[in-house]
Amino acid sequence: MKTIFDIDTPGVSGWEPPRWDVPEEDEIPKKYLNNGIHLPDVGEVDVVRHYTELSTMNFGVDSGMYPLGSCTMKYNPKINEKTASLSGFATLHPLTPDSLSQGALEVLYELGGYLCRITGMDRFTLSPAAGAHGELAGVMVVRKYFEKKKEGRTTILIPDSAHGTNPASVNMCGFEVREVPSSETGDVDVTALSDMMDDDVAAMMLTSPNTLGLFDRNILTIAKILKDHGALFYCDGANLNAVMGKAKITDMGFDLMHINLHKTFSTPHGGGGPGAGPLGVTKELEPFLPAPLVDQKDGVFFLDDDRPDSIGRIHSFYGNFLVCVKAYTYIRMLGSDGIRKVAEHAVLNANYLMHRLKTDYDLPIDRPCMHEFVLSDHGIPNNVSTNDIAKRILDYGFHAPTVYFPLLIHGAMMIEPTETESRATLDRFVEAMQEILREAQRDPDLIKTAPHTTPIGRVDAVTAARKPILNYDAAE
Amino acid sequence: MSFIPTTKKDTEDMLELIGVTSLDGLFSDIPKEIKHIGAVDLPEALSEIEADMLLSRLSDGNRRLSVFAGGGAYLHYVPPVVDQLANRSEFYTAYTPYQPEVSQGTLTAIFEFQTMMCRLSGTEVTNASMYDGATALSEAALMSVRDNKKTRFVISSAVNPRYREVLSTYGWANDLEVVTVPAAGGVTSLADIAARLNDETGAVIVQSPNYFGSIEDVEAIAGKLSGTKTNLIVVVTEPLSMALLKSPGSLGADIVCGEAQAFGNPVGFGGPCLGFLSAKNRFMRKMPGRLVGKTTDSKRNDAYVLTLQTREQHIRRDRATSNICTNQGLCALRAQVYLALLGSRLRDMAILNHRLAGLLKRTLSEIGVTPVFDAPYFNEFVVRVNNARKIRDALFDKGYLVGILLEDDYPDLTDCLLLACTELNAPPDIDALAIDLKASLTS
Repeated sequence: MKTIFDIDTPGVSGWEPPRWDVPEEDEIPKKYLNNGIHLPDVGEVDVVRHYTELSTMNFGVDSGMYPLGSCTMKYNPKINEKTASLSGFATLHPLTPDSLSQGALEVLYELGGYLCRITGMDRFTLSPAAGAHGELAGVMVVRKYFEKKKEGRTTILIPDSAHGTNPASVNMCGFEVREVPSSETGDVDVTALSDMMDDDVAAMMLTSPNTLGLFDRNILTIAKILKDHGALFYCDGANLNAVMGKAKITDMGFDLMHINLHKTFSTPHGGGGPGAGPLGVTKELEPFLPAPLVDQKDGVFFLDDDRPDSIGRIHSFYGNFLVCVKAYTYIRMLGSDGIRKVAEHAVLNANYLMHRLKTDYDLPIDRPCMHEFVLSDHGIPNNVSTNDIAKRILDYGFHAPTVYFPLLIHGAMMIEPTETESRATLDRFVEAMQEILREAQRDPDLIKTAPHTTPIGRVDAVTAARKPILNYDAAE
Repeated sequence: MSFIPTTKKDTEDMLELIGVTSLDGLFSDIPKEIKHIGAVDLPEALSEIEADMLLSRLSDGNRRLSVFAGGGAYLHYVPPVVDQLANRSEFYTAYTPYQPEVSQGTLTAIFEFQTMMCRLSGTEVTNASMYDGATALSEAALMSVRDNKKTRFVISSAVNPRYREVLSTYGWANDLEVVTVPAAGGVTSLADIAARLNDETGAVIVQSPNYFGSIEDVEAIAGKLSGTKTNLIVVVTEPLSMALLKSPGSLGADIVCGEAQAFGNPVGFGGPCLGFLSAKNRFMRKMPGRLVGKTTDSKRNDAYVLTLQTREQHIRRDRATSNICTNQGLCALRAQVYLALLGSRLRDMAILNHRLAGLLKRTLSEIGVTPVFDAPYFNEFVVRVNNARKIRDALFDKGYLVGILLEDDYPDLTDCLLLACTELNAPPDIDALAIDLKASLTS
């Protein structure tokens, strides 16, 4: 693939400045100035063709089903893009005074309120720019809460099935991680938890539903064990899609949570971001939320910076506002019924896929799933691996599932169809998965060398890591 | 309005195959006492037309102003090429490029972004973007700790105050010590920095151009630190300046970080932003977030892939370099398309911005509004007027956001306004502002 640097043609330009007569004054001393910059010169048409060609080498949700478990890649309504690009939002300077940015503040205030009503939390901040950022802020809130109580708790418990961000966030806030085992049926091992519990434990972080795609049937017992020891219960909200409208997070016993706004509330992820990771808390933890918060008095919205117990500021401004506009638009269009239907159909689609696939593939934990489920590589013939299957599924026009996660399932394939896939699409996916299994029997090399129909062949990731080339100039 | 393409008949058939009698039957693992059967208290669902109308009304609820303010967020022209290309759904509806064979678009563009940011900042490694400038600075500080194990940081008060607040939050959580250096004359004095250095100092952090718009003598500060283990972190919030000024890396910065929103991204009420983090080669394996590397595919074609993932949270878990997984991929793509379109003419754009700021400064001087500092500047500078708050508010009514009032963050800078110019502040707009400002001053 050519890069933009390979089509550099000095002398050609894709742009020119306006020809205003602006005098040269206040020249910057020479010692601060460079002698020109080294960026490629490419005409506009070739810039357009280059990136158009690149786009054709990409797979997005608009290209086909993207069953990436735990990432919730649902269809993103196009109206969201329109509303987020309205010039009253897109060109609004963040230091515009509150009185002149009422529309934006209303969006943030109302969205925070909707999230409270969906989850049961008392207050949300929309400052975190990603799920992991909200999670980090959440662990900071836990730390501040115990600092305020003058309790030196050192440990946070995390199930062995958790996302890697959980332990990483905990570590970034100076806590120690202790791993809680899961039972054979995929719930937290409550006996082990009881044994591990002591007054050093500040909190437990749990994804609910969990990363095996299951609703932990002991959730209320877990919450009670924590409460009895004065510890907090943190919900990783990555899987909110499965329960919203069906169960409130606070009713499960959680004290705080983050939401991956881009997942459940349908804002496209742009090849890696931007996302948004609102953090919600119960009344008791509200004083510790990052500043500023959007508040209102007599119908006038304002940014409240006067928060003495706050962990402090965590973003340059107020988080990923334009992402929030998309989520706001989506929630307003769905309303109460729509929100509940999202969960019901996400869970229906996942159970349907699971039922159809478990006759051919190994399903290590066979019980009703929520919006995703995990297969293992057990029984796949001729040493065909999970990675091989992931590559082969690309040839059938689907994105691959999440692979090798959660870590406690051997050769995991985590499949999440979401509610926006039709039955016909699900059936095509099942047929492709079945055909791949037949191929594994008949012609394993076909799979081990896959993909074959994608823009490029299987990528050598090992050499990339051993001899890193991280920019064009290093490659030359 | 719903986006679920499943008919009632399909639903019934699927339920039958699964072996449950109702949609609610799928949720049998949720304990009865917490299962919610009522409605969520949300406003009534809207059709697409109603949602469009509602959001247009909310958008109009924000006053459209002629903006002469920056402070870390800049209104620049976004060429339609950027919108058209970044709005191709193959780009914006993709996820993190975990499967490189179907993600070469994102991966190649990010590789190009890494290269261009290295060239502009004068460094060897840039990651695939961070949340925003403030968190990029915090991650830079943590990366510095991984490099030299020192947890004491000396930071100029002329670094964006909001960035310093975020650093202080991250610093508190990570037990870092943060010592602030004054910047009395609009720039940070070398002597003031030197007075605060000791063997425990992990990094000196300055911003250039700094929050007052002044260009710092990065080379002199780097010189002071050379031969020590103390890192120099340079923050850049107006990245266009790097097209005109010597790069921080070439002047001796170990880490260059900041905000690249100004490249092709709307200002969007401050988000999404585009944090960037660039550094010398020795930081490669200590850098947080995603990195794209070059390799080959099975047919020996060039290919790009997420690499060095053993640093990351999904592999190293609590031993990871940071918890970051989501970045600002689409914002980085926009920046990349912008930089590709302008190419070496980006420097002309920087010169234009600088000259327009110069024009604004001279025009304001003519009506008696004078600069506070005389340090060289790029496209922002500070002026003082009597009753600045009142004047600023009066100009809101005339449709201007004329600067940022500094006294809230800098009590000794009473009545001072931080003004900025970009190519969107054309000469006639500058003249118009001067007339309206003069009228406010005399009324």
